[in-house]
Amino acid sequence: MSVSVNHLSFAYGKHSPLVLDDISFSVKEGDLLAVLGPNGVGKSTMFRCILGFLNKYKGDILLNDVDIRTLTHKQIAKQVAYIPQSTHPVFNYSVLDVVLMGVTNQVSLLSAPNQNHIDQAYAAMESLGISHLRDAGYGEISGGERQLALIARALVQKAKILIMDEPTANLDYGNQFRVMCRISDLAKEGYIIILSTHNPDHAFLYANRVLMIQSGKVIADGRPDDVLDAKLIRDVYGVDVHIEEFQSKARHHKLCIPVEGGVDKQK
Amino acid sequence: MPDTAKNQSVQTRKMPNYKLRFILLIIAALVCILVSFGVGRFSISLYDVVLLLLSPFFPVTETWDYAMFSVVFNIRLPRILAALLVGAALSTAGAAYQGMFQNPLVSPDILGASAGAGFGACLAIYLSLGSGMVTIFAFAGGLIAVLVAYLVSRMTKGSATLSMVLAGILVGSLFSASTSYIKLVADTTEQLPEITYWLMGSLAGATMDDVIFAGIIIVLGIIPIFLLRWRMNVLTLGEDEAKSMGVNTHQLRFVVIVCATLITAVAVSISGIIGWVGLVIPHFCRMIFGYDYRKIVPASIILGGGFLLLVDDFARTIASTEVPLGILTAFVGAPIFAYLLIMGGKRS
Repeated sequence: MSVSVNHLSFAYGKHSPLVLDDISFSVKEGDLLAVLGPNGVGKSTMFRCILGFLNKYKGDILLNDVDIRTLTHKQIAKQVAYIPQSTHPVFNYSVLDVVLMGVTNQVSLLSAPNQNHIDQAYAAMESLGISHLRDAGYGEISGGERQLALIARALVQKAKILIMDEPTANLDYGNQFRVMCRISDLAKEGYIIILSTHNPDHAFLYANRVLMIQSGKVIADGRPDDVLDAKLIRDVYGVDVHIEEFQSKARHHKLCIPVEGGVDKQK
Repeated sequence: MPDTAKNQSVQTRKMPNYKLRFILLIIAALVCILVSFGVGRFSISLYDVVLLLLSPFFPVTETWDYAMFSVVFNIRLPRILAALLVGAALSTAGAAYQGMFQNPLVSPDILGASAGAGFGACLAIYLSLGSGMVTIFAFAGGLIAVLVAYLVSRMTKGSATLSMVLAGILVGSLFSASTSYIKLVADTTEQLPEITYWLMGSLAGATMDDVIFAGIIIVLGIIPIFLLRWRMNVLTLGEDEAKSMGVNTHQLRFVVIVCATLITAVAVSISGIIGWVGLVIPHFCRMIFGYDYRKIVPASIILGGGFLLLVDDFARTIASTEVPLGILTAFVGAPIFAYLLIMGGKRS
């Protein structure tokens, strides 16, 4: 199982500037790829290309060596699930209904999910520790719980590639770690995970690959411990940081600490 | 997880018994239908109504005269069927549009169907084409308005749903202005009152032909919406999320909008313009049955039909002359909507 992006370039209009400029990378089973980069750098656009929402790009995107432009949305959905940022819903469905929507690909056009699908939804919610919320309104639970519900929905979809747009955005400190821990467990189970984040520490803590994007170009690609350094973060974000290293029982850690007075007013 | 503490109440919350609620709703609608046969200027007892209705199927001793028979079968039956059909059509179309546009404040005339139908009807009245042509013109006018709105929105860039709503407003206002112009030039003794009365909505003139014409289209239009109701849930999440779950959003949205437009246009063509039903009833259904379209669609059909029938009963009984339906639905619908807004606000 793999996702390969080869020389991907994209612009929204014929004469508009390139949002993505010759991006190439590939990920395989068990990878957790953190995509880093400043706001508006094209991370979401890249995800939208990989998900098949946008198709007027140059280069190609291969899902298990098949060009996604030859696949229908239904076929892509069997392999790739999308976990958007959790927003407040227009219609306040129950959490169970939201999770259940993940099975849509498996039910025929004119029918609805059956008990078997409901059991799958319960199992996914159980595995993420949110089964107690099944009858709660999706609009009434916390942002962290909503994010977990969306992950449960992706699991029910049975796709092995999960694309997450800033899964920790708008979450409090504790929920950020709870959500990231579940995500890293999923990578260990063999899912491919591609997520965007604004926190280099998340890349250090959970990712085994990091892709740094600036102005639509990949400027660093590799293991977080190898490629994320003070110079790169200075270049991209305009902030001076110390990268501290320390040894815990389990492993060697790196963390970013901003240096006092080292923040550019503008970037 | 610390999160769970705050959700203890959620955890123990019991799911409402939706089956029981559906049964009660159906019983209420059936009672409403029976009562509707009895009330009116010529009042008939419930017992006689039941016997009369059974008479075509079972040998029943005749306790009625021909006048009673005629009132029940020739006057009230078509009118009751028309009320049920129009109410069901408007509220189902409202629920469908609200889902498609991810906006709970949308009503079935959002794409200009009512304004177009109103113009069609006025034109037919102005040209003195007779009541049959008024229905046909209204139906065609509604369809043309939505088609124009759809074509205009296809030519724009950006969000498909937003441009469609804007195009609907644009086309609707164009047709309303045309209607006003016809009113201006129409004959003031005969045509203008007829136009005005038509625009206020009424089922007084509903005939069995109307019922058959509208009934076929409404049933054919509701069936796809009913069958696609699970997918409509997914579509309310928005274009990208629905696509990521494997839904063919363009095709699904197109089918649902075509069906909702057909049933709105045909309902308006036999009843005139009746506001509020398509906006309020889906909200009412959500309050009783939650947000899942698997329940909202059948609930809208039953509650919409029953509601309009009840309002029509008042329309023909509260005053010595018929009160136009559009006025009554506004008087009833607006306070209900205010109540739902206040209650909905309190819950969240």
